[in-house]
Amino acid sequence: MISANLSAIFYLISGVLFILALRGLSSPETSRQGNLFGILGMIIAITVTFLSTGNFSSGFILVLIFILAGGSIGAFIAYRIPMTAMPELVAGFHSLVGLAAVFVAISAFLNPEAFNLGTPGNIKLGSLIEMSIGAAVGAITFSGSVIAFLKLQGIMSGSPITFKGQHPLNAIILISIVVLIYLLCSTQSSNLFWILLAVSFLIGFLLIIPIGGADMPVVISMLNSYSGWAAAGIGFTLENTALIITGALVGSSGAILSYIMCKGMNRSFFNVILGGFGATEDISSNSNKEQRPVKSGNADDAAFLMKNASSVIIVPGYGMAVAQAQHALREMVDTLKKNDIKVSYAIHPVAGRMPGHMNVLLAEANVPYDEVFELEEINNDFANADVAFVIGANDVTNPVAKTDPQSPIYGMPVLDVEKCKSVLFVKRSLSPGYAGIDNDLFYKENTLMLFADAKKMTEDITKNL
Amino acid sequence: MEIDPLIFRLSIFILSIFVGYYVVWSVTPSLHTPLMSVTNAISSVIIVGAIIAGLSGNYDSVFNTSSIFGFLAIALAAINIFGGFLVTQRMLAMYKKKKKDKK
Repeated sequence: MISANLSAIFYLISGVLFILALRGLSSPETSRQGNLFGILGMIIAITVTFLSTGNFSSGFILVLIFILAGGSIGAFIAYRIPMTAMPELVAGFHSLVGLAAVFVAISAFLNPEAFNLGTPGNIKLGSLIEMSIGAAVGAITFSGSVIAFLKLQGIMSGSPITFKGQHPLNAIILISIVVLIYLLCSTQSSNLFWILLAVSFLIGFLLIIPIGGADMPVVISMLNSYSGWAAAGIGFTLENTALIITGALVGSSGAILSYIMCKGMNRSFFNVILGGFGATEDISSNSNKEQRPVKSGNADDAAFLMKNASSVIIVPGYGMAVAQAQHALREMVDTLKKNDIKVSYAIHPVAGRMPGHMNVLLAEANVPYDEVFELEEINNDFANADVAFVIGANDVTNPVAKTDPQSPIYGMPVLDVEKCKSVLFVKRSLSPGYAGIDNDLFYKENTLMLFADAKKMTEDITKNL
Repeated sequence: MEIDPLIFRLSIFILSIFVGYYVVWSVTPSLHTPLMSVTNAISSVIIVGAIIAGLSGNYDSVFNTSSIFGFLAIALAAINIFGGFLVTQRMLAMYKKKKKDKK
């Protein structure tokens, strides 16, 4: 058994190690070391907890069994999960953090003596407030992440689900959560605690259903942030520094990522959260537009264009992930490089379904990270490039965002793909993208549409090179 | 007059938000996915609360309602800890620089 002061110091150390873990991610070289710091911090925190309880009875064995059981499931998932499924995995993991926070809050509420928080029905006011906030945010994280997971996994439709009176209903529920916390603290009634949890689960569910598939980068980042605040809430209850530091880190990390994602779409956070973007009405108003001619080609034409180019920029998007085309793409690029063609990749901040999604897929396909560029780094290069190869991206290349103030995506930063001498656009059909608007790029003089599955088309081009 | 320990915890919390703010802005955008999975793993340090809850049962009965929730939370957090760190490691191992011999 170690003293409370000593264990507090160790918790502080593990908090610092977690900061270093995030710091390591500032560059790929230091990132692996950073991850090790994180693991070390976790080991210290868990060991110190065991030592400070000083309880090595049968309960201790059970704790170990549960850690091993959960750990092997986690390890199994971590090794088996395909990289394309990373958004689902992260959403799933968020839900677990949320649920764990709820469970810890429940058990602290039922047995406050174990945590030195008072006795049941007479819990210290401050602790009760922290506990109920932690539990409520945890519950919202859980149900919200489950919905995000179902949407990403395709079990639930990715299109926004909206109904009349949605926003007033959500507002009433959010206010009722505040009222419930207030009543709970003044009465200490356990019934109110359960009602608070139920209502929080409900609002998490209601908040995420109106948000559509391509807004998922924002949703995942936001839930990431929530899971942090939930952990911090519990950290205050348990008076645990490691948990408070981590909660604050994760909370601000998620908030920054949401901000970056919103900026990438030129939309306000509230606009995304209120949801319903890209709903059916937008699409129907576009369907009666006149049919404009497009040029379409086959793999042979595409190979010819690329063979005669001296520089090619590749623009990947969510379609590449769906088609699992990243490996085929890398093979095509290898062939191009053998012909002394300069190839780079341009990644839009909101390409894919989570922040950095495309980067991970390209890394998986062994694309060196110094060939992959962010929007601001590469946007000026399109004017000097011969061919832009757009694979699975759509709205993020739409020049309408720069020209038409009426367009819903007006003002969104886009890749200047149309400035290339020629554009190859791999797509399954002419259907509009997520925002429900036509892409002007399809009809440009210098655009060649390649109607096919992204993976198959890429393989065919490689054969023809 | 003595300062409530809550104020100290609040100070740590606020300062950590600032640390988090600056550290996360320095994360390169290409590593945003590993950032999410690693924050996921570290927020599972909530397992310390779960362990205390799990060990709260007395010697006669290891399981009571409170400790059962503790054990469940341990399992959930453990999935996240192992899953989160390992998948991050797996992703980071894939980020490679251009090899010199490759043209």
